[in-house]
Amino acid sequence: MQNINRDDLYQRREQSLEKNASEDILEKIIGVVLFACALVSVITTFGIVVIIFQETWGFFQEVSFAQFFLDTKWTPLFADRHFGVWPLINGTLLTTAIAMAVAIPLGLSSAIYLSEYAQPKVAAILRPAVELLAGIPTVVYGYFALLFVTPLLRNIIPLELFNALSAGLMMGVMITPTVGSISLDAIHAVPRSLREGAYALGITKLEAIFRVVLPSALSGIIASIILGVSRAVGETMTVVIAAGQQPRITINFAESVETMTAYMAQISGGDSPRGSLNFQTLYAVGALLFLITLALNIFSYWVANRFKEKYD
Amino acid sequence: MATSYQRDDQLDSTAEFTDNIERREILGKVFELLFLFGLLIGLFVLALLLFDILKDGLGRFLTPGFLTETPSRFPDEGGIRPAIISSIILGIVVIAVTVPIGVGAALYLEEYAPRNWWTAIIEINISNLAGVPSIVYGLLGLGVFNYLLGFGPALISGALTLSLLSLPVIIVTAREAIRAVPNSLRYASYGLGATKWKTISSHVVPYAVPGILTGVIISISRAIGDAASLLVVGAVGFLTFNPGLFQRFMALPIQIYSYITRPEPGFANAAAATIIALLLLILVLNGVAIYIRQRFIIR
Repeated sequence: MQNINRDDLYQRREQSLEKNASEDILEKIIGVVLFACALVSVITTFGIVVIIFQETWGFFQEVSFAQFFLDTKWTPLFADRHFGVWPLINGTLLTTAIAMAVAIPLGLSSAIYLSEYAQPKVAAILRPAVELLAGIPTVVYGYFALLFVTPLLRNIIPLELFNALSAGLMMGVMITPTVGSISLDAIHAVPRSLREGAYALGITKLEAIFRVVLPSALSGIIASIILGVSRAVGETMTVVIAAGQQPRITINFAESVETMTAYMAQISGGDSPRGSLNFQTLYAVGALLFLITLALNIFSYWVANRFKEKYD
Repeated sequence: MATSYQRDDQLDSTAEFTDNIERREILGKVFELLFLFGLLIGLFVLALLLFDILKDGLGRFLTPGFLTETPSRFPDEGGIRPAIISSIILGIVVIAVTVPIGVGAALYLEEYAPRNWWTAIIEINISNLAGVPSIVYGLLGLGVFNYLLGFGPALISGALTLSLLSLPVIIVTAREAIRAVPNSLRYASYGLGATKWKTISSHVVPYAVPGILTGVIISISRAIGDAASLLVVGAVGFLTFNPGLFQRFMALPIQIYSYITRPEPGFANAAAATIIALLLLILVLNGVAIYIRQRFIIR
């Protein structure tokens, strides 16, 4: 819309002055160069897809789909090799579930408080403070989970030294701003008139939040949660450091588990030559991770736009 | 700020309808405290985390030579100079690569791009790339920079991988900054006979610099703190020299990870001390950016 006007203006200027040839060529070149910059992002995506799936193709020449998706043992580095990916998926799901159990209540309550209760001046300080949580490098959360949270929790409940619980809890804190920020924007977008209408019907502030504001912002909130899940699934350092490297199928959060990302980090440290099965295994797990996060991101985007309340 | 509708007490409620207004208001207060509590938990954890790291690491951080010596096999000796130098070089290369490309892409999308399917594809692409996990960028870097271009597990591979990782964030924030430039500026420039590029380079971009800087800082802070992608590209956990662009390399987060995984007790303190160094570096970066931003703001 804006753009069209701007182009029009430019074209009119073009028609009204005599053409200056060198200027014109420069303008064309600039346009091409800027387009090339924008193209880098497309090439990146293309590169990710081609490289990952090339190696994954090689992997599936050696290992059948059935071995990958139906076996329940993951022992690619042992003499008795098994390539069942379920233990890794289990580890990822378990730590992600714990993380979301933390991030959803903390993120939503932060968003509701900042939007509905906090004075603007207070919110201006508190919001960046909450955002800081996302700015801390994930290695730091790993350190804290392993050397502070785990020893603390072991006084209360029996835990293994490496466990899904500590890693999941810290991941949840890390993802809180993701859930909080996007939810906050969705809640902010609910027009005042809806709230006023609710108050006019004799409803209290809390009831207005639960029955008017949150339902109106629901699509944004759900989108933020899905995006949070995507972050948790792709998170690496915290789980490598604090959840350990034991691929197993379990729902016991006191045990050590291995996530998809943790396995990838573990095998990257070694120098597996290109073309070796270990190298291809890294890419096969990476391909699965990429597909899962991509699906979540697209789903999040779709939810946000599909169910958006139209306020006119 | 109770905006609820206070009923007149003179109205006697009938048997089948009582509005229970006091109870509902009390419930409201309880939940307000709950929401505040939820917000404060996150901040409390943050404070606890910083306190714990200072407690564990400050002593080691202040030992002479910690920032200037090369690592040693003993936790209480040596320093983290190679990791610091690595991280600084990584940061410089990432800025040099991503700022021109990112701002260029943002300018194209905001000022030049026609509204068609092709532009839509580029936009969807960028928003998807922002959600790709860091370790997957590592796989891309390993395939493209280590093998396809033949750099091997060198600093340049790591730097270019981090650059790709940072691009989406820079593009998105730069676009927002460019979109916020008032149209009147553009019209004024065209009105005086400037070409499109002249208008953009001498009016639109300078006006958008503070916003663009914010994005640059967010993404550089993230890149400097990222370890997963560098692990995949082949960063090493132990390095005794300052790396050049085409040599084996490490980075502060990798140094932290490598200290954490060592079993001897003293290494935890070395890890905490390295975390202090990393957080300080990120803090300094943000400080510099905020200073430049203040200088640039056009009133």
